[in-house]
Amino acid sequence: MAVRDKRSGNEAVGIAMRQMNPGVVAAFPITPSTEVPQYFSGYAANGEVDTEFVPVESEHSAMSACIGASYAGVRAMTATSSNGLALMWEMLYIASSDRLPIVMAVVNRALSGPISIHNDHADSMGARDAGWVQLYGENNQEAYDNEIMAVCVAEHPDVELPVMNCYDGFITSHSVENIELLEDDAVRDFVGEYRPGHHLLNPGAPMSAGPLDMPGYYFEHKRSQAEGMICAKKVILETADRFYELTGRRYGLFEAYQMDDAEMAVILIGSSAGTAKEAVKRLRREGVKAGLIKIRVFRPFPAEEIKEALKGLRAVAVMDKSEGFSTHGGPLFHEVSSALYYGDKDLLLCSYIYGLGGRDVRVEDILQVFKSLSDDIARGSAEPYCRYLGVTDKEKEEAADGI
Amino acid sequence: MAYNMKNTVQKPERLSPGHRMCAGCAAPVVVRTVLRALEEGDEAVITSATGCLEVSTFIYPYTSWKDSFIHSAFENASATTAGIEAAYRYKKKMGLLEKDYKFITFGGDGGTYDIGLQSLSGAMERGHDMVYVCYDNGAYMNTGIQRSSATPRYADTTTTPSGTQSLGKGQPRKDITGIMAAHRIPYTAQSALTANMKDLYEKSQKAIYTQGPAFLNVLAPCPRGWRYDTPKLLEISKIAVDTCYWPLFEVEGGVYTLNYQPKNKRPISDWLEIQGRFRHILKKPEIVEEIQKEVDERWKELLKLSGN
Repeated sequence: MAVRDKRSGNEAVGIAMRQMNPGVVAAFPITPSTEVPQYFSGYAANGEVDTEFVPVESEHSAMSACIGASYAGVRAMTATSSNGLALMWEMLYIASSDRLPIVMAVVNRALSGPISIHNDHADSMGARDAGWVQLYGENNQEAYDNEIMAVCVAEHPDVELPVMNCYDGFITSHSVENIELLEDDAVRDFVGEYRPGHHLLNPGAPMSAGPLDMPGYYFEHKRSQAEGMICAKKVILETADRFYELTGRRYGLFEAYQMDDAEMAVILIGSSAGTAKEAVKRLRREGVKAGLIKIRVFRPFPAEEIKEALKGLRAVAVMDKSEGFSTHGGPLFHEVSSALYYGDKDLLLCSYIYGLGGRDVRVEDILQVFKSLSDDIARGSAEPYCRYLGVTDKEKEEAADGI
Repeated sequence: MAYNMKNTVQKPERLSPGHRMCAGCAAPVVVRTVLRALEEGDEAVITSATGCLEVSTFIYPYTSWKDSFIHSAFENASATTAGIEAAYRYKKKMGLLEKDYKFITFGGDGGTYDIGLQSLSGAMERGHDMVYVCYDNGAYMNTGIQRSSATPRYADTTTTPSGTQSLGKGQPRKDITGIMAAHRIPYTAQSALTANMKDLYEKSQKAIYTQGPAFLNVLAPCPRGWRYDTPKLLEISKIAVDTCYWPLFEVEGGVYTLNYQPKNKRPISDWLEIQGRFRHILKKPEIVEEIQKEVDERWKELLKLSGN
């Protein structure tokens, strides 16, 4: 029996972690992810979990302790945001190359500087090539569901890679929504027991972990790691199917909203999808064939499926909540445009950077993007294709106002 | 039972030969001595920070380690061990593991005094049941003899080279053993490869079989960095303690105990002259005198702390 309840995104993820009852949680506080270890240490303090909670002295040590714990053969989990994820950078690569199924909630927040506690995707996008599976959720329900499915994906023998469960800081992490929680037993049955074959605490069968590779081996190790990521797609979908049978909630690599007959669409990640759905609804009422693709799985990137989903469209805006500083569009734009190199090259494709540092994204903003796409179709060009949404020239305006 | 080297070395080796540490390097001798202090049959997980020891003992697909061994990065050996030790406590609590394990972490002075200080301090403060062993060779030897905060004043290193305007490293050594003692952990000690390894062996035993965190700082001469002849490893270690450059002491529950007082305290010049890294100051008596003064002051402080 599922339980309907009002929970914030962070609390929902904390509950999912409690239900999975991992061996070790090691974490360090950083806004807006702090509540996750806070809720969790409460469960530990009250004997609601068997977990050893390690309140480390930095995020770097949080990931290091998770690596140690995972190598010792137990489930290891953590949560972080922004600069905390940046401080973990080195260890992210080591966790994935060591093929450790660590699950980490990444509560997306802008990176310093300037310091900003608010949401964008610069943190996890910066870590996109670290070899972690990346799942992104739109709302509290998805944050909860993804946290549970992440464990199954990470531990699958064909994958054996760490997974980030990303959701938007404050918008998702702190807003309270009505969500459906599973019974504890149902969650425990779904994720099962974790019993790895090789680990450090195996009497009579010691192992050495973390070698130096000379050029004769390094490449092969990286190639086999890439194989795990290739297999992740299938496992993510199989896990989603099992989850659907349990909950009735359907997940894929991305959500295609009103895409069947769409002429133009936006592609984006995270909570902005809720806003974009409202914009699409309004346009549909006016007879405009608008659609939306919300990316759930960014690593591995569903290039083939996106290419198929965009067939027949005339104009598409790819919206990135992180800059990237490539000077030719954000990270999601690069993924989509490179997928399209093998697909429909006549599609008018443009990049929007939006919502940095918590800049609000309203339905009107998304409508403006669709308006630009209509204009592109009318004039037959997406140039200039690198665009910003919602950024003002405040400094000049303020200078003019004498501020 | 009184220490007997002959008997002790009969124990099975836990670090296999064939590794690629340099001839005359102290680090593998330190490791073997520490691991010999484990009771036969006791399981252990060994962690190593990135450094000479790690890259020379675990070159894929070969490992020298007979116990479970893990390396993950340079600055995080303590945090890595902390995670393993937490997992161990979980498994014991849940009845998933019968055997007892000990957790021993090795780091060079770079991974201990400098880049790993934060994670070491954190792990010690949290009270993980682990032993951290610093093999202190007084510079970043793995990357080619760069200065660390363990490098003694006036040592010539590749980032503090002596030159027409420089006499080598300008600053004194950080007192890491004092810093660790200030954490008020159950056991802190300083040791060296002297007296047939008796001091290090006994301190390792204490450290391993004391509940809670323990820290050992072991002088680990490096023939490349210090520029001495490889057979002189034990001689140089002996001079270090006889000049009182590297005193042997331990701190238990805040109480300092001096483990060795030389009958005849040798002049610091004996210590300086045997090493090429101090060659540029040997003809500067005022500098040698200054170094002597610093050693004397630190020695006096230690005598006071240990109630002598």
